[in-house]
Amino acid sequence: MTDGRSRAFYFLAAFFAAYVLFLYGPMIAIFVLSFQGPDGGLTFPMNGVSLTWFAKLWEGQGIVDIGAAFWRSARLGLVVMALTVAISVSAGLAFRRRFPGSAFLFYVAIASLIVPSIVTSLGIGLEFRLIDDTIKHLADTFGWAYTQRHYTTAMGLFTSGLGAHLTWTLPFGLLIMFAVFNRFDPRYEEAARDLGATPWQTFRFVVLPIILPSVVGIGLFGFTLSWDEIARSSQAIGSVNTLPLDLQGLTTTVTTPDIYALGTVTSAVSFLVIGLTLTTIRSLARRRTRHGDDSGSGLV
Amino acid sequence: MTPSTISRHMVAWAQAAPMALVFLAFFLVPLALVVMVSFWDYNDYAMIPTFSGRGYTESFEGCLTRLPEACTMLKTYGQTLKFCAMVWAITLVVGFTVAYFLAFHVKSVTWQIALSLVCTIPFWTSNVIRMIAWIPLLGRNGLINKTLVGLHIVDKPIEWLLYSQFSVVLALVHLFTFFMVIPIFNSMIRIDKSLIEAAYDAGASGWQTLWTVIVPLCKPGIVIGSIFVVTIVMGDFVTIGVMGGQQIASAGKVVETHLNALQFPVAAANAVILLGVTLMIIAAMSKLVDVRKEL
Repeated sequence: MTDGRSRAFYFLAAFFAAYVLFLYGPMIAIFVLSFQGPDGGLTFPMNGVSLTWFAKLWEGQGIVDIGAAFWRSARLGLVVMALTVAISVSAGLAFRRRFPGSAFLFYVAIASLIVPSIVTSLGIGLEFRLIDDTIKHLADTFGWAYTQRHYTTAMGLFTSGLGAHLTWTLPFGLLIMFAVFNRFDPRYEEAARDLGATPWQTFRFVVLPIILPSVVGIGLFGFTLSWDEIARSSQAIGSVNTLPLDLQGLTTTVTTPDIYALGTVTSAVSFLVIGLTLTTIRSLARRRTRHGDDSGSGLV
Repeated sequence: MTPSTISRHMVAWAQAAPMALVFLAFFLVPLALVVMVSFWDYNDYAMIPTFSGRGYTESFEGCLTRLPEACTMLKTYGQTLKFCAMVWAITLVVGFTVAYFLAFHVKSVTWQIALSLVCTIPFWTSNVIRMIAWIPLLGRNGLINKTLVGLHIVDKPIEWLLYSQFSVVLALVHLFTFFMVIPIFNSMIRIDKSLIEAAYDAGASGWQTLWTVIVPLCKPGIVIGSIFVVTIVMGDFVTIGVMGGQQIASAGKVVETHLNALQFPVAAANAVILLGVTLMIIAAMSKLVDVRKEL
């Protein structure tokens, strides 16, 4: 271990390479197969190369309305991302000092992470069902004609679905904030305070720029976890489906490579988001090293 | 409490309030409702809000009367626990080895970050895609079967590669080893390197150092990773559904099946049982590790 490249190193490096191949190999297989020719099937060999299956996907042939599901998931993902960032950062600030109830809230967050998703999902589904029943009952009792006629359900993408996704993304966001503030040097804030900054100014111009790369990371977790979420959405999404739910439904019925094309497109979105985020984090970090030390430059 | 600590607490509460409210509305209340509804009565098409143990008695049907033969519930949990144990053991060994390589054999921080990212990126992509990705490899006419038949290793395609217990375990390992790697890696990079050198100087072999120094110090990471993997596998119904061709039963799938049939009280009862078993396993795991610390 002490002298660089031992036999153990090569064994472990080979093991690691095998693991990476195991991780990526199957995915590469479906990326390749999604360019299958028009007569090609679900397996190798390739029967020519074409964009047929992407075109089919684009036209929405054969498959349920994937385009709508795609945008639904994207919209939900963006909202989940924004809320996860705002709520996690805010709670992260609170958790820097112990406050009455902080231990309880922390355990609830951890519990939300480890309670099987189907249980949470079922609970949210029941909650909204009971809300619906109550509202309908009230409408009948008090004779609210409009509600009686038009009310169907409170369950939906941006009510129960959003809540279900947040129970999954917020614990991750909170844990990242813990990691951030464990390493945060409070002297920066003290300096800002000594120079007369208000608490808001301290946060906006000192704390936030320092933690910004991690905040972007929380956004990445928020979006990608929501974009791929199935188990928690399953009972809590209402009448419409998100993209992964549609995709899951398709696994049992589809026999043509358009499902691979869909997989490739979905992954492309994931990779795009990951790439953009990592680039942002890198450029933020670089800007900080460039502008971090302004000693001697005076006030601008 | 002085006025200043009270006002500080007010600020903290205000900052934590949005998160607390989300968990209250979408986690704590729903959980309470699951427990409540599990004790409700029901008929073919609706749940009836009167107290009843039917959800539970029907779930455990035949568990006592048909002894010694295992009832459906027992079989399902046996199956699920088997998946749990297999996936846990494999992800632990693979995850530990990968984390060990990253933490102790990759010397430059840049490489460490790059290789960690390589492991992390699939976690940020769709799980269903990563499941269907096995179809062209494991299917009847998949790459593996074609290769094996082509090389005359087998005469006809192996049937148990896809939509089987094998493919379920494979997919679960594929999807969730990440949850083992990250916490264990996190524990490993915190280990003071001088401890390892001290072990070497004291004459410990590589294996001895690994077993008596590194593994005990990685304990928190191992426990966290294990809790993650076990709870995911216990409640899983998506992976088992897709990779098992919707033919293999599991604790999570039972809940889903009852839900699809709109039998909410039975589903809720099964959810409560699932939750109880999962929490018991977590408690046992944390005990197990503490006991070892005592020895």
